[in-house]
Amino acid sequence: MPPSDLPDDAARVLSADKAAVSRALNLVEDRRPEAQTAVTELLAALKDAPKAAGGHRVGLTGPPGVGKSTLTSALARSVRRGGRTVGVVAIDPSSIRSGGSLLGDRARMSFDPSDAGLFVRSLATAGEVGGLAYAANSAVRVLAAAYDMVVIETTGVGQSEIDIMHVADTVVLVVQPGSGDVLQFLKAGIMEIPDILVVNKADQDELAQRAVADLRGALQTARAVGATGGRDAGWEPPIVATSATKGTGIDELIAALDGHRKHLEATLATRRRQGEVQWALDLFTRKHGEHGLSTLGGAAQLQARAERDLDDGETPLSLCEHLSREYVAALGKTP
Amino acid sequence: MAEDGKLKRDKPWIMRTYSGHSTAAASNALYRTNLAKGQTGLSVAFDLPTQTGYDADDPLARGEVGKVGVPVSHIGDMRALFDGLPLDQMNTSMTINATAVWLLSLYVAAAEDQGVDPSVLRGTTQNDIIKEYLSRGTHIFPPAASMRLITDLITYTVKDVPKWNPINVCSYHLQEAGATPTQELAYALVTAIGVLDAVKATGRVPASEFGNVVGRMSFFVNAGIRFVEELCKMRAFVELWDRVTRERYGVTDPKQRRFRYGVQVNSLGLTEQQPENNVIRIVLEMLAVTLSKDARARAIQLPAWNEALGLPRPWDQQWSLRAQQILAYESDLLEYADLFKGSEVVEAQTQRLVESAWAEVQEVLKRGGAVEAVESGYIKQRLVESNAARLRAIESGDQVVVGVNKYVDGAPSPLTENLDEAILTIDPEVDAAQRAALVRWKEERDNAAVEQALAELQRVAKADENMMAPSIAAAHAGVTTGEWANTLRQVWGEYRAPTGVAGAIVKASGSGPAAETIARLRKRLAELEARMGRRAKLLVGKPGLDGHSNGAEQIAIKARDVGFDVVYEGIRVSPEQIVASALEEGVHLIGLSILSGSHLALVPEVVERLREAGLGDIPVVAGGIIPEVDAERLRRGGVAAVYTPKDFELDNIMSDLIDLVDRRHAAE
Repeated sequence: MPPSDLPDDAARVLSADKAAVSRALNLVEDRRPEAQTAVTELLAALKDAPKAAGGHRVGLTGPPGVGKSTLTSALARSVRRGGRTVGVVAIDPSSIRSGGSLLGDRARMSFDPSDAGLFVRSLATAGEVGGLAYAANSAVRVLAAAYDMVVIETTGVGQSEIDIMHVADTVVLVVQPGSGDVLQFLKAGIMEIPDILVVNKADQDELAQRAVADLRGALQTARAVGATGGRDAGWEPPIVATSATKGTGIDELIAALDGHRKHLEATLATRRRQGEVQWALDLFTRKHGEHGLSTLGGAAQLQARAERDLDDGETPLSLCEHLSREYVAALGKTP
Repeated sequence: MAEDGKLKRDKPWIMRTYSGHSTAAASNALYRTNLAKGQTGLSVAFDLPTQTGYDADDPLARGEVGKVGVPVSHIGDMRALFDGLPLDQMNTSMTINATAVWLLSLYVAAAEDQGVDPSVLRGTTQNDIIKEYLSRGTHIFPPAASMRLITDLITYTVKDVPKWNPINVCSYHLQEAGATPTQELAYALVTAIGVLDAVKATGRVPASEFGNVVGRMSFFVNAGIRFVEELCKMRAFVELWDRVTRERYGVTDPKQRRFRYGVQVNSLGLTEQQPENNVIRIVLEMLAVTLSKDARARAIQLPAWNEALGLPRPWDQQWSLRAQQILAYESDLLEYADLFKGSEVVEAQTQRLVESAWAEVQEVLKRGGAVEAVESGYIKQRLVESNAARLRAIESGDQVVVGVNKYVDGAPSPLTENLDEAILTIDPEVDAAQRAALVRWKEERDNAAVEQALAELQRVAKADENMMAPSIAAAHAGVTTGEWANTLRQVWGEYRAPTGVAGAIVKASGSGPAAETIARLRKRLAELEARMGRRAKLLVGKPGLDGHSNGAEQIAIKARDVGFDVVYEGIRVSPEQIVASALEEGVHLIGLSILSGSHLALVPEVVERLREAGLGDIPVVAGGIIPEVDAERLRRGGVAAVYTPKDFELDNIMSDLIDLVDRRHAAE
């Protein structure tokens, strides 16, 4: 895509023209060095989109098999019925052996193909072992410029449960009854992350009630040691029981999401900026480790630098790229 | 023994041919001819709209009306289908699942119109919706609602139509989806257990009469080319079913514990290359289910030799019927007691299957039973893995298929000299005629009575009552198949089943030529990614109502394993949905799979809609049972490549797909 098309295409993204949104997503997925200028320009052009500032970025995470895709589908349909537009980023793992992936989410979703207010893009993790897809952060920014709500559905394994914090305004952790997952989350410190908890597949009343009770207990334990509410001590994560297949509890989930979004109003810009800083540094640290951090002056200094650079129009990806180059150059100078 | 010539011969099994096409009147004519040829039962094939609950005028029915079976939209169609065939004398098998309650209601109502008391009706409704989620893909409703329909039909017929087989628990389609004999045994048994447990849980059958329910359970089984193992599989079925009915349900009457089954032999192994060889395959497979007197099929239908080419003609089906008749009437098979009793070899293999299947039954029960293991994708994933292993063995030559991967050179077959006339083609006007007839039907009926019947149907669907009574009333009132199903869709919703592809694990080929080919394809895709900036992305779509997803699944898995990013949407997606997905996903290539014969309607529509959406440059390939003359038309219309069952070397297809993406990128 020649850069001269950008302003026009960016304008079309803002008006949620599906062809333009799709092209923009193709561009941010493009890993070629020669494409990066265009990516940066596009994201800069979309940065101050009215939808982006007022919108809501929701991350759905939780272990494989809890019904995240079906829940995403039910949530998107209900939000659409309420009049808001929705963009979905569904992430599936890439095969380590072949580099390929099976993006199966659409199979679980039933959407009206003529609906101009709903857009679903599947992304493969592509080398980000256990984490979000390479382009997830940028894809969310593209969709946030075009749609009122953006839902990011993670693979639910490993690093992705942490990464989602840096991308989403609201993190929803999905579990299913009788799975024993809650204990694992407590151990792994994952209870610190979610802003909302969902017990999906709550068709079997007794089991579901027990799961809700378990979660409530787990939250209390976590709260006692000061490890809840994710990034926000003033927020008590609500617990919602849903059945995505029967469509029950979805309205309650939307109400909880809206409640959290409202709660964030004053701090949203800061939260998003922190997320981007963190994501850029995480990417860099994953590539170059502690040695990378210390070579470039340590975590605190890099953090301040990241905040500045992001203000100047860098994206987390391009920033990470620049830091990498500086690190490699620095390595060359070390005797 | 038999030499005295006086020994009483066993009664032969019921002989059927799975048939029906175009219209009720055309199918009625076919049934009359079939019966005149010595067929002893009827086997009705319904078209896909009827199976999935749509009328001919529904947009989703486009291209599918009258294709793989007969359209039955209302009682008028059902009357025409059995015109002149007294229903008290017929033994009718209906391959119908999600809409089984409805089609049986139409059958009962048509019998009443003939003056026949429903209590004397004999026949079978397939009514196994569990396997639809796994293999056949004509389900409509979520599992709980489907299980309710299954049990409603069972509790109705056990009481009111006592000679009816209310369900054919199908292992047939599991084998078509790749199941090993162990898996076929295990998953059929857990389905039967799931159904019986559900019937018990309704509380509608008194404990003293539960044996009647168990006694009416029947099975529909597959028989493949490894016919000795298949013979042992049937003996294992008999033993395991006896165990389940005795131990789990406490049935004391041995007659009620009998494993009763019908058979359609394997269609999966029929080849497009040297198709005349299929006749020999079909006969060998029939032996597996007839040789053991103690485990003999009660009804058999055989496929035709040319099924991998297209729809069989009456003569093709007659050839298969003759095979049955020669075995039953000409040979001495039916004069002997069980041939294998006491055979150490057969007994040992049977026990091996009994043990492995029982272990897998326990595994599924541990996971909460058949419905749970379907919803979690466990069973589907196991099947997809087995099928991938089977295809790899054929591709590598480890599994010999004569005429396909061995002994491929031969004289041209006179049978296929004029290939396009060696199959049945459906008049494309059938679609429009059925739509017009539907309009007339709706004008002439009492619409107030229809409204009332639908309101009652809706009330019962929400309540805890049997769906049969309001459905029979609706049949008499003139309600259509689409109206019946849509009313229930509104109450219960629809269900999209797990595809089983995402988690399927295919064993690595290790080393050797196969592994080298894969490595080469992966390297090409990695290089292509570096040039394009993104990994090549393939959309695999199944337009239309056809639910036979095995081909699409195996292409999706193979493509992932060579390094494509693959978007697979599952079955039953409309051309509009495919185009919307292609647009939103930013794919480089689209592959369509259609086995119902509706490719000429659906593939060009996808191509046309892509052009309208400005995506005309995305290459489209199509796969399915597509005759060469149709393939040529599709290619002329802009389809990049057409694949049929003879293209069994998936690596070659993958190589073509990479070429297509590469060429398109170079042209940009």
